[in-house]
Amino acid sequence: MILQALFFYLFSAITVASALMVIGSRNPVHSVLFLILAFFNAAGLFLLLGAEFLAMLLVVVYVGAVAVLFLFVVMMLDVDFVELRQGFLQYLPVGGLVGLVFLVELLLAFSGWVFAPELVSQPVTPIPPLATMTNTAAIGQVLYTHYIFFFQIAGFVLLVAMIGAIVLTLRHKPNVKRQVIADQVHRSQIVEIHTVEPGKGI
Amino acid sequence: MEIGLSHYLSVAAVLFTIGVFGIFLNRKNVIVILMSVELILLAVNINFVAFSSFQGDLVGQIFALLVLTVAAAEAAIGLAILVVYYRNRGSIAVEDINLMKG
Repeated sequence: MILQALFFYLFSAITVASALMVIGSRNPVHSVLFLILAFFNAAGLFLLLGAEFLAMLLVVVYVGAVAVLFLFVVMMLDVDFVELRQGFLQYLPVGGLVGLVFLVELLLAFSGWVFAPELVSQPVTPIPPLATMTNTAAIGQVLYTHYIFFFQIAGFVLLVAMIGAIVLTLRHKPNVKRQVIADQVHRSQIVEIHTVEPGKGI
Repeated sequence: MEIGLSHYLSVAAVLFTIGVFGIFLNRKNVIVILMSVELILLAVNINFVAFSSFQGDLVGQIFALLVLTVAAAEAAIGLAILVVYYRNRGSIAVEDINLMKG
């Protein structure tokens, strides 16, 4: 139990510290790398909570896809980031005030939160004990039976995002020669076939 | 030393506030704003998973899965828009984006 508390404080401290570095660091590449660190440690928090599948999904989706996408865009666009940081200190007092008020409100609202005992004793879809079924299998059984439409709509959201990203960023340069297969196939009507006699030529 | 629900909720609240604070702080840099939105969604996911785990109910983890999907799609579309905008204008300054209105 003491080990669990120790790891909770370790993971949450690194998560919060690297989140602060994400919004505060001068170089956006460093921001993306700290974002990756924050996601790794949040995955550790998920592991402590017993959500192994979501922890691995967080690593795969965020670190493997989203963070690499961010890194790709940050490195591909040649942006003067020093100019973009102007006004950083100007917004600091107002932002700090709003953030502080917000944080105090959230902590006052949530820090004393406990579940009512009758709510915990009667969950709708109880988590099976780990000895009988793994977390991944349990999520699969619930997701593919009761939440199949939500799952399919999530797939559609990803499909629309993929098509949208391609439509937005694909462009055809005018003077690039491309292979048009239909034109090549249609040429067969104007190509003649000669029977060439040996030793004579055409 | 018992780690309860309120500990996780406090971490999520701090992360959420850092995300909102980051939007305030980096008002000219769209990339950091998008990263702050990712932090906010991460805080929401921590809340979902913490409630799910302490209530003993699996549905919270399924909702967290759907939030993860939407976050990934949002990042992809946002960065695509950013690339197109940079291609047209040569900068990603946020205050110029309202030039796109008709």
